[in-house]
Amino acid sequence: MIEDLIYRLKREIISELDVENMTPEELDPEAPLFGEGGLGLDSIDALEIVVLLDQNYGIKIQASKEGREIFYSIRTIAEYILAHQKK
Amino acid sequence: MVDVFVGASNTITSMGFSTAEHVERIKANQIGIRIYPGGNLYPTPVPLSLIDGPRLLDLFRKCLNKTNPDLQLDSFTRSEMLHILSISDVLKNSGVDVTDSRTLIILATLKGNMDLIGEKNRPPAIEPDRVYLWKWGEFLASFFNSSNKPVVVSSACVSGLLAIVIGSRLIKAGKFDHVIAAGGDILTEFAVSGFQSFQSLSPKPCKPFDAARDGLSLGEGCGSIVLSRHHSMCGIPEKIVVAGGSCTNDAHHISGPLRSGESFYIAIRRALEEASLDPLDIDYISAHGTGTDYYDETEAKALSLAGLERVPVNSFKGYFGHTLGAAGIVESALAIASMRNNELLKSAGFENPGTSRHINVLTDHTVKELNHCLKTASGFGGCNTTVVFKKI
Amino acid sequence: MKFQDRQVWLDGIVEYVSEVGSVNDLFRSVYRYYHIDYPKFSKMDNLCKLAFLSAEILLQGTDVLQKYPAERIGIILENASSSLEYDRKHLESVNDRNKYFPSPSVFVYTIPNIMVAEIAIRHHVKGENAVFISEQFDPELIYHYVSELFRNQLVSCCLSGWVECYRDHYQSFLFVIEQKDKMKRCKGLQEYVTLNILNVERLFKGKPI
Repeated sequence: MIEDLIYRLKREIISELDVENMTPEELDPEAPLFGEGGLGLDSIDALEIVVLLDQNYGIKIQASKEGREIFYSIRTIAEYILAHQKK
Repeated sequence: MVDVFVGASNTITSMGFSTAEHVERIKANQIGIRIYPGGNLYPTPVPLSLIDGPRLLDLFRKCLNKTNPDLQLDSFTRSEMLHILSISDVLKNSGVDVTDSRTLIILATLKGNMDLIGEKNRPPAIEPDRVYLWKWGEFLASFFNSSNKPVVVSSACVSGLLAIVIGSRLIKAGKFDHVIAAGGDILTEFAVSGFQSFQSLSPKPCKPFDAARDGLSLGEGCGSIVLSRHHSMCGIPEKIVVAGGSCTNDAHHISGPLRSGESFYIAIRRALEEASLDPLDIDYISAHGTGTDYYDETEAKALSLAGLERVPVNSFKGYFGHTLGAAGIVESALAIASMRNNELLKSAGFENPGTSRHINVLTDHTVKELNHCLKTASGFGGCNTTVVFKKI
Repeated sequence: MKFQDRQVWLDGIVEYVSEVGSVNDLFRSVYRYYHIDYPKFSKMDNLCKLAFLSAEILLQGTDVLQKYPAERIGIILENASSSLEYDRKHLESVNDRNKYFPSPSVFVYTIPNIMVAEIAIRHHVKGENAVFISEQFDPELIYHYVSELFRNQLVSCCLSGWVECYRDHYQSFLFVIEQKDKMKRCKGLQEYVTLNILNVERLFKGKPI
């Protein structure tokens, strides 16, 4: 279940965030998304993930308060979605 | 050496239609930011600072009847009405001839006729081209029969203050004798939804530099100010000059500030150097202070790096929000009014210090002789702009 | 340098021509032609892509970034349409109250000075900067304003010119101005020429100096 969600998230993030030269298979779900190493996303990318979660999963997040932990990696995002998505 | 004097000013926001009216309301501790219940500007409630629409129409109608009674109200956009009203006011209160070839109009804005961006719902009497900032500028300049093409500046939230810097430089270059520096932005869903996408709007009226600050409040605004090499044309008895100015770039991120404050500090230092002043000479700082976490923190760091941590500082945004293109002009007008009155006005929304570097935020209206004032601004795109105003 | 009508000129010589493709395709092929490697390029709107590419091509042929400190290099640009293309894109995203998802990565490009920021970030340029809006390229304004920056020693070098992009219409003209021997020169053809309104106008129109 979570692996399907992880794969879907990878595709969505690559597409929505214009990540170049990266396939979902190449994207490590455990790797840090922000800062040096990993995908090196920035603050605007974090806000785009907020929009993505709202639009595709109906989940609202305050990036400045909760973003740091939830957006650590693709896996942490997937876990948050599974825990909070309205059925 | 050419001195550039500042003169008559006009300020239009939710707090009124003149600089004097603003000072009166600020001293009465009124604020103009209200909870907008949700509607055209945004689907859900959000604090906004909106100009009194009916009063704007009434004042504009009177203004038009005096100057161009043949023109119809519906051939002007909201932004154009504001700028015409504002510029008319400063012209009335100064000796500057706006039609003179030595007079330049500089206009600062983010979006000009922001309400024309969407091509639907355009009022039929307004040509579609007026969405272009150059056309908006041309329209305004030709209303006043200006002899010169206006200069239009669009550099995000520093635009208004940058217009004053540019105006001062063009006068010193000998190209013009007088500049009317005007700036403004209206609010539409375009701006509110955009800033919401950045999660940068506070759910309450903003609290610049406060420990509980959690975002900015948007405001509509328009302001103008006279700059001239001839004090006699300025319209105010006090001799206050633009003594220094600077605009630097963080070269760091397109929307977030360089958090060390380094580049903002360089802009401050350069303005002080040009004004031949030390940090200890500064009596008062009119800060950018939006109420956001990072920008306020960055500004506090910059002020501290510049050795200005003890200087009384306020932000006017707690009264009427962040007025975008108008901010640098309306806030400078109020800073200059403070200098003229030798009065410091408290920083609305501030209760407890909330920046890692201490700065001396004003918590009361106070009387103090003010000879040297620093005005700052920063914005998206990494811009930092500063001006030093000096009484001579 | 100049970039318009599917051609890139540097110092008066055509360096690149592209026959086919959309504006997006064109910008991508210029990006590849000049061997640029900058992951954030794909996130930019077309106005910023044009400004970024133009600055990249212009600066590849100079040593100004090595010669002058970052705070002494300015960027003063002119433009006509501001960021209208992305302004409209942002507004479309809030048209439908049932599908209300404004995007920060679109909204951030709804001010024209972001093109200055993209150049500044890429090349670590931190000095005086401004964006003027004008229907046509106005060499007089650039001349007077930049001259004043040099006269007051606020800059030692300035990147200046015109960057305009709206849907299928794009045009850029960028040049370097340096203070040499107490006279300002702008890098035009293969040598330096004196900065004056006429020379800037001639460079812009591709006429001989």
